[in-house]
Amino acid sequence: MSSITPQEIKQEFVKSKIGIAGITILGILIATSIIAIIAIPVETFQEWNNPGNWILYPKVAIPIWVNLFMTEKIPEHKILDVPNIQTNSEGEIMLSSHKFGVNFDYGFFPNDFIYVFSSEYSESVLLQMSVTRPDGIKLDLLSTSLPYSNTKTIHSERVFSTDEAIKKNLLLQSEVFDFDLKRLSAEDIVFSKTNANEPLKGNYIFSIDMYSVNSEIKTHESKLIIGGKAFGMMGTDELRRDLAVGLLWGTPLALFIGLVVSIASVIMGLLYGVYAGFKGKKTDEVMMRFNDVIYALPALPFLIILSVTISNSIFVLVGFLMIFGWVGIAKVARSMSLQIKTRGYVDAANMMGQKNSKIVLKHILPQLLPYAFASIAISVPAAITTEAGLSFLGLGDPSFPTWGHILHDANTFGAAARGLWWWIMPPGVMIAIAGLAFVFIGNALDAIVNPKLKR
Amino acid sequence: MKRYVATRAATMFGVLMITLLITISLVGSNMDTILKQGIVFQVRSEITENPAIAESFSSVEEFEGFIQSQIDQRTKVLGLDEPWYSPQRIGLTMYKILLLDFGHATFLTSDAGSSDVKDIIFEKLPRTILLFTTATIIISIIGIFLGALSASKAGSVIDRITSSFAIISSSFPVWWIGMLMIFLFAFTYQIFPARATPDIPSSDPRYIGSLLYHMALPLITIVMIGFGSWAYLVRNFMVGIMQEDFIMAKRTIGIKQKKIIYTHALKNAAPPIVTILALSLSGSLGGAIITEAVFDWPGMGRLYFEAITVMDLPVIIGATYILTVFFLVSIFIADLLYGYFDPRVRTGQ
Repeated sequence: MSSITPQEIKQEFVKSKIGIAGITILGILIATSIIAIIAIPVETFQEWNNPGNWILYPKVAIPIWVNLFMTEKIPEHKILDVPNIQTNSEGEIMLSSHKFGVNFDYGFFPNDFIYVFSSEYSESVLLQMSVTRPDGIKLDLLSTSLPYSNTKTIHSERVFSTDEAIKKNLLLQSEVFDFDLKRLSAEDIVFSKTNANEPLKGNYIFSIDMYSVNSEIKTHESKLIIGGKAFGMMGTDELRRDLAVGLLWGTPLALFIGLVVSIASVIMGLLYGVYAGFKGKKTDEVMMRFNDVIYALPALPFLIILSVTISNSIFVLVGFLMIFGWVGIAKVARSMSLQIKTRGYVDAANMMGQKNSKIVLKHILPQLLPYAFASIAISVPAAITTEAGLSFLGLGDPSFPTWGHILHDANTFGAAARGLWWWIMPPGVMIAIAGLAFVFIGNALDAIVNPKLKR
Repeated sequence: MKRYVATRAATMFGVLMITLLITISLVGSNMDTILKQGIVFQVRSEITENPAIAESFSSVEEFEGFIQSQIDQRTKVLGLDEPWYSPQRIGLTMYKILLLDFGHATFLTSDAGSSDVKDIIFEKLPRTILLFTTATIIISIIGIFLGALSASKAGSVIDRITSSFAIISSSFPVWWIGMLMIFLFAFTYQIFPARATPDIPSSDPRYIGSLLYHMALPLITIVMIGFGSWAYLVRNFMVGIMQEDFIMAKRTIGIKQKKIIYTHALKNAAPPIVTILALSLSGSLGGAIITEAVFDWPGMGRLYFEAITVMDLPVIIGATYILTVFFLVSIFIADLLYGYFDPRVRTGQ
């Protein structure tokens, strides 16, 4: 085995196309992780399994970029949270009016519309909701009073388009339309042409007026949601979760798992193997038999039992993966150190009376470093896919959902049967890309360390 | 050679015992809790079924005392009064398991309705072996030929395509490709069934045909993902061998390239290839857990997964034991083959 200096490795590596490709992909993944950590705080991400956090999002919405390839556009899910607010007062009566403008130019009706508000008032308040359509027709949707209260109170409510009162109000205005409204839902009426039940494109203005007597209304929250079938860059899943959040956060998690597991197991394996090889005789025999035992344990069944019985925390799982990771490397490191041990300079160091630990650390380990780097890179994908596999079986850490976990959910909700490709494709592609980056780097390093393979 | 075989066999047996011990110690405490709850439930239900017993007691304390003594008595009969880690109990459990007596499953049953863990396992095992052995054989045949082909034309287009396909396909998890295949060929284009469990009973003569039809999709998926890395491995061995002196010598004599590759080089690459074949057979059994879960293939892997989800401990212990035995046997065979082919290994160091 010839020794290679770090400079030589660097030079060779820069020349290898596949290595550069691997480094580039890894760079992109690291950039994605940084963006994810900065843009999406951990607290938000830990709400992944809290349905309340995702209530305003649409169910199984397709990614919006699909519209680029569609002639008839799929309605986007819109969350409008910046209303145009006007306050007026006429004598005793105060009016607070919120207006939302929506540009609707899709070929299909929206799923629904929801008005979410939370306002602070005292005594009684009247809420009126109406919409002005592109053709100038104004439809009254709802007029209701908020609960009476003597003292100042905060009232939060969600007004859904499925509300009976809205339907009733629309039926009262049925003379505007040329067709029968009875069987249609509120959104199919509001967004319809007058002569036929087809979507009417253009600007809609939803206005919500709140009237109160002698008291000012403070609005804390005011959002209008036009429910669509397309949302975000990555769409949403059955539980209304924005898949972009999960996929983005999956990147740092996968890198963390892959790198920690492989670096730790390579270090463990190197030290173990080198020590066994260096000591030789009985120590070597005992250590290698122990190595054989771990090597012969079936990894996946054991990982499953461990995660079920002990803990499924992501950090503990990393530890479990290490248990099975170091074995192969220890074997190779041992045989390499057996060779290096016989070299002259090791003998010389021995004769000079250097401590064993110093010989191992100073003279043997550095020789194995190139091999160590290559094996780190090569063992990352296995760690990532094993974790993904465990998560896919539903045995992963639910508080830090990984790509495997997203696929687990997709499988439980029958995404394949329902044709929800945006729920299945991206997580798997991400797993593969993360794996590929390291396989590329590993292959490039391997070719440098074992020149025989290059040919 | 004899000594080599003996040490390997001893190691393997040791590993088997250690695996058993670890499995039992991981699930042992849970198992005791479940068994004890079962006894309490049994005693209580017997008494509620027979109201005369309850009426024969004058006070509540006396009645409760009677129940407790009944429970204690049965616990003692089953040996549960000692903790699961007591040497006698572990010894007895391991002895039973060695003789393939796994006891009765708590929840799961075999298709025939038996709750004996042995029956369940031996019903599922042939299906797993059928699927994964077939797949491994197909994979190795395609892999060896593709590998030899690309090694003979190292650096050519075929070689590059094989190598890149190998690298790319090995980064995709098999089960994810499985999901995609189900999505594409079971739902979008309805060619194959989505669930791999045959829908007719095993007594029906058409069962074999149905089983094979249901096996198609998982088989195609496993082969598709697997053969690339096989070809790559074989190629690397062959490229190494093609640089050896004796091949060079043959070439200078003027023996045809094709003949060198398929007779001389392939013969010399055989030991590592056979070893990897044995190892990948056993490896595929472990990987079966996820693959079978995706395709709903009624084999050992799915059994294992089901047992884990409902915590059916006797089945978990039994399945782990059988999986380990298979794994060890194939490692053992691989070791022996390697020692047989490569004399350097068995002479030590």
